[in-house]
Amino acid sequence: MSEIRPPKIKISVRNLNFFYGSHQALFANNLDIEEHRVTAVIGPSGCGKSTHLRVYNRIYQLYREQRAEGEVLLDGHNLLDSDVDVLELRRRVGMIFQKPTPFPMSVFDNVAYPLRLHFKLHRTEIAERVESALRGASLWDEVKDKLKSSGLALSGGQQQRLCIARAIAAEPEVLLMDEPTSAIDPVATAKIEELILALKPRFTIVIVTHNMQQAARISDRTAFFYKGEIVETDATAKIFTNPSNPKTEEYITGRFG
Amino acid sequence: MFKQLAQKILDPARADRLFRIAVLLSALLLPLVMTGFFLQLGWSSAPAWREFGLSLLWSTEWDPVANRFGALPAIVGTLLTTSIAIVAATPPAFIIALYLVDAPPWIGRPLSQALDLLAAIPSVIYGMWGLFVLVPVMQNHVQPFLADTLRMKHLPFVGEYFNGFGILTAGIILALMILPYISAIMRDVFRMTPPMLRESAYGIGCTRWETAVHIVMRYGARGLLGGVFVGLGRALGETMAVLFVIGNVAMLPDSIFAGGTTIAATLANNFAEADGLLRHVLFALGLVLLVMSFIVQLFAQSCLTATAAARGEER
Amino acid sequence: MDPFAPLEDRRRGLRFRKFLDRMVRVASLAALAAGLGGMLWILYTVVDHGAGALGWDFLTEPSKPYGAEHPGIANALIGTLLITLGAALMALPPALGAGIYLSEFGRGSRTAHWIRFSANVMMGVPSVLVGLFIYALWVVPTGKFSGFAGSLALAVIMFPVVMRTTEDILTMVPDALRESALALGMTRARAICRIVCRAGRNGLVTGVLLAVARVSGETAPLLFTALWSDGWPTGYFREPTSNLPVLITEYATNSPFPEQHAAGWGAALVVMTLILLLNIGCRVLFKEKKHV
Repeated sequence: MSEIRPPKIKISVRNLNFFYGSHQALFANNLDIEEHRVTAVIGPSGCGKSTHLRVYNRIYQLYREQRAEGEVLLDGHNLLDSDVDVLELRRRVGMIFQKPTPFPMSVFDNVAYPLRLHFKLHRTEIAERVESALRGASLWDEVKDKLKSSGLALSGGQQQRLCIARAIAAEPEVLLMDEPTSAIDPVATAKIEELILALKPRFTIVIVTHNMQQAARISDRTAFFYKGEIVETDATAKIFTNPSNPKTEEYITGRFG
Repeated sequence: MFKQLAQKILDPARADRLFRIAVLLSALLLPLVMTGFFLQLGWSSAPAWREFGLSLLWSTEWDPVANRFGALPAIVGTLLTTSIAIVAATPPAFIIALYLVDAPPWIGRPLSQALDLLAAIPSVIYGMWGLFVLVPVMQNHVQPFLADTLRMKHLPFVGEYFNGFGILTAGIILALMILPYISAIMRDVFRMTPPMLRESAYGIGCTRWETAVHIVMRYGARGLLGGVFVGLGRALGETMAVLFVIGNVAMLPDSIFAGGTTIAATLANNFAEADGLLRHVLFALGLVLLVMSFIVQLFAQSCLTATAAARGEER
Repeated sequence: MDPFAPLEDRRRGLRFRKFLDRMVRVASLAALAAGLGGMLWILYTVVDHGAGALGWDFLTEPSKPYGAEHPGIANALIGTLLITLGAALMALPPALGAGIYLSEFGRGSRTAHWIRFSANVMMGVPSVLVGLFIYALWVVPTGKFSGFAGSLALAVIMFPVVMRTTEDILTMVPDALRESALALGMTRARAICRIVCRAGRNGLVTGVLLAVARVSGETAPLLFTALWSDGWPTGYFREPTSNLPVLITEYATNSPFPEQHAAGWGAALVVMTLILLLNIGCRVLFKEKKHV
């Protein structure tokens, strides 16, 4: 009975418009992100995929001229409301960037940092949780002997997994990934893709990617963006085999982008 | 023959080589002058070193009549005023830089430029302002407040007797003078932090302050330190602003309210009328100051070039 | 302990973190206000004390001993202009040349590295020591304090500043411009003088003017070189030459007379106005071209 019940909607975007100063970048976006699924966001570069993602944790607010209008409901509450606490929001909605961004501190401290920031924990508890986060990011075996060395000393792929460990340590509900493998070699990319699938049961994942094979491999649902509008959203298999919109078909068959 | 010479010079390949040699020679002037500086000060101060040996550095005597001299009061005064200036200027410079980087351009830019103008005011004007405005204020308000109201006169190094002139006043003026220098360098260090690193700090829920202190400050630690050293170098050698307000007493200061002197102020005060041994002693003081600022520069440059190198710049 | 146990009840309060953040912002503004307030206070004091001294006589008459009729600062003003101009004439050609060397021929070379290093050291040398240096190098051998000696000292101070600015500006000129000039068959020297320097012209002018502004207020290096006198600066090469910074120092510290204090403030107002006008002028004139 419960298996055919439709999955819960974690994030629901309603009529989202986005502006860089006077330039409008997103037009009336509507999108439902299902819980414990991987949703891929694809589209040609400059179409607003990253911009859309950056609304979910309100990181765009760092830049004064950027502005979002509309509703983004996280568990039913509009996260664009002014009374939403962004620090808490960003704990609940973690983010991974195009390039690995380890903090200038040790491997251990990189992962412990968000724990210390948000929680009152005993040192032994922190150590345990750092270990479990590193295991969760399938990095533990590679770094358990160099926890004290700088996070910057790891390889690119390891750095990106360190960032994932850092993001999941604070127990977020949603993970946003903005082209997380664009600066990483193919072998490391494969590892991260595996990792994303392994994280799916615990988190809701939204991943922006310019790599359509990647979207096809790891996502359950796919949203196709074109010029700031969401052209089509559907199950990934459907999008890649039988898209309803001709624009989508042109894009996935490689006629532009 | 003249024509031949003209032709030779006008020959493009030759002109090119000449040009290259000319600019190289101009550039080499600089290391030459730098070396000249050390040699000249060393040479001119030699008689003083012969007379007193290294004890010149720790003797506190200053008796022009008996021809007995010691540099310790000036060295201590220099170190004290500089320390006060650095301690007082660094924290505000840091948070000002922090504010300027995050401020919206319409307010950040004019404020930045006002800070640059603060650095452009000649030091003699700081000195004059210090003499006629700050000294009375210190005497009538600040020092009584510190000594009596805060009861700090019972602490060591804080004096009970004051007349407005002295180490503390000089330190405060120096702090005001070096603030814009330190702040400008720190502002540039903050600007050079990769935006994605800052975003990822905000992305895990840091506040602005936490991002600045835990992430940006660690990332740019060397650059920030370089800024502090640049300010330190300026404070060490500043002459006029100090000369007007420090009191110019060649004695070890017994408190931060007491009058004292610095190396630069001693030079400015005595050099024009000095002759004989005193002149050589003053050159020796100059050498000490040169070595001090040289060391500070070394630190500053190694900090600043290391940060530049870490960002993959050529220099 | 279960590493996956929910952490909901272990949260650190957000209140304090946000409070701290806000307090730092307030402190930043306070520090900024203190710095700028200090500057405004200085400006106000100089204008307040100095404006009264200004007048036609003040700007056209030479300085005179206390008690003489119609004292002014005209000799010191002209002396300062002479000394600064002399310094600029001596420092600019080699400094521009050195900057060209560093940006055009010295990229990555060891020689250039050492030249840059000595420039940084020289920029950090206290200006009073430059006065000492020129005293020993010029005043003692010639036996005369002179305006020229003052110019020499200021030139030594200007040199590294102008050189580094030149280098920075010229390095920002895109390489494509150099290559296209050379591709037209220009010699390297001509390409640099005609194309590269022209492209960076505004930046160079700004850099030079700022360096001039900076040294024109320098006092310490003039104390034992140009010295100071009450006469007109007729003996630039052989006599002590009157100049504003030293006049200010003399009147402020070595004179018990309020009239001379006032004249000192008037001179300070003139110096400060000139320097701030140069600074602000550069910023306004070359604002939009700054990133060339």
